[in-house]
Amino acid sequence: MLNREELSKIILEFVPEAEIPEGTQLTEAIIPAEKLVELAGKLKSDKRTRFDYLISHTAVDFVTHFTAVYHLESTEFRHIIVLKVKITDRENAEINSLSGLYPTCEFFEREVFDLFGIKYKNHPNLKRLFLEDDYGFPLRKDFRDEVNMIER
Amino acid sequence: MSEEIRDVIIGESEDYIINIGPQHPSTHGVLRFEVCLKGETVKYLIPHIGYIHRGIEKMCEAITYPQIIHLTDRMDYLSAHINNEAVCLCVENALQVEVPERVKYIRTILAELNRLASHQLWWSAFGMDLGALTTFFYGLRDREKILDIFEESFGSRLLHSFVMPGGLMHDVHPNFQKRIKEFIVYFRKKLPEYDQLLTGNIIFQNRSKGVGLMSRETAIAYGVTGPSGRGSGWSCDIRKIAPYSAYDKVQFNEMLETDGDTFARYKVRMREMWESMNILEQLVDNIPEGDYTAKMKPIIKLPVGEYFQRVETARGELAVYIVSDGNKNPYRMKFRTPNFSNLFVMNTITSNYKIADLVAISGSLDLVIPDIDR
Repeated sequence: MLNREELSKIILEFVPEAEIPEGTQLTEAIIPAEKLVELAGKLKSDKRTRFDYLISHTAVDFVTHFTAVYHLESTEFRHIIVLKVKITDRENAEINSLSGLYPTCEFFEREVFDLFGIKYKNHPNLKRLFLEDDYGFPLRKDFRDEVNMIER
Repeated sequence: MSEEIRDVIIGESEDYIINIGPQHPSTHGVLRFEVCLKGETVKYLIPHIGYIHRGIEKMCEAITYPQIIHLTDRMDYLSAHINNEAVCLCVENALQVEVPERVKYIRTILAELNRLASHQLWWSAFGMDLGALTTFFYGLRDREKILDIFEESFGSRLLHSFVMPGGLMHDVHPNFQKRIKEFIVYFRKKLPEYDQLLTGNIIFQNRSKGVGLMSRETAIAYGVTGPSGRGSGWSCDIRKIAPYSAYDKVQFNEMLETDGDTFARYKVRMREMWESMNILEQLVDNIPEGDYTAKMKPIIKLPVGEYFQRVETARGELAVYIVSDGNKNPYRMKFRTPNFSNLFVMNTITSNYKIADLVAISGSLDLVIPDIDR
């Protein structure tokens, strides 16, 4: 099991421009969108890390940008890392799909597409999962539903 | 499966598509399987979900943390207590509140009782899926005893939002320990009946052995956790990996089977019932005296940051991810529910099996649909 310093060192070795915030509960790495697939592939195959299990993938709407969040775990060493990618273009939010590396991610990505409207490049079947095609993207902060929603 | 491939398959004259569900007894809820068949053999299967999508994650953004507890019951209603506990643990970790030992013990006991009740219902329904109607009566008869313990202590039988951030809503009933001990004695006699009735049955064995094979690699790739993942030899028990509540104080084994078929998943759950009773026995006599809750502020506000907590429900790994902006409501709340991941492995593990096996396979994954849709 690698600790925070060791994990950050490996991340910076693969992606020198990665940003590792301090004081977080789990080790996090904020990486540029174009490096995501490459880094995930390296983290999965590298003998020291072996991140072979994607716990969950989701997104957060920070109004100015979206953040895609990936929780990865190694079933061998049991260390966890959180990869974060900022998506600044809200209108045409797009990011590379990780479904080739982690089959389970295909469905998490469909869920995020359904609820946030973030599109995934190279996704095998990008369709809405829960809602109708003409429904808005409810987990966006600017989503309004006069009838069913409680104002925060 | 992409749209093009699907059209090609539909175009072939020998194949036909049937829809199982949304209202079908073997799907255990409102779920639709679109199954493409060649003769009796399944070529592919597409699950269609969203029939009971309630937007729980969106609702959470508008309500406070103690209110969220009541929504989590409605996800996996058979592991209601464990779902509640997940949110409580996450909030307590964020606030760095140390809950009293008594609370930890009671929470663990309730979680194991909940797991037992859930496995009993699964066993009942699984037998019924495969045509053994008697199992339903046996399972529900014994589950009733657990629900009575729940009812006596906190008034509700299924959806008991009994835990609160910081502790419990109120103390347990004075009969609590006595009733659990009585139940363990009772169920230790009854559980061998389950084996006599179903496990050794040759028809049942023929229908479940070698059916729905899932390798360890498939389980990890699709994130199939819980007893279904452990049936494939993947040790994924969060109670062992990252112990929470009182799980670090008890001795128990993680149940692993390596066959990866429907029967292996069945055996894991049967053995987990024995193990749950072992855990209960170790805890029930040692509940420390003390407060039933830690001192909490009337309005709970989490510090700015992100919090992550994993627990083991009766079906697998439930992860709660909270993004807080310092307000009394979460900025974003995500539930990584076990059934969501467990469902989507269906296409892989049902291909090339007969349609009758489909019912056995989906039964062995123990799906609860509100947990998928949220």
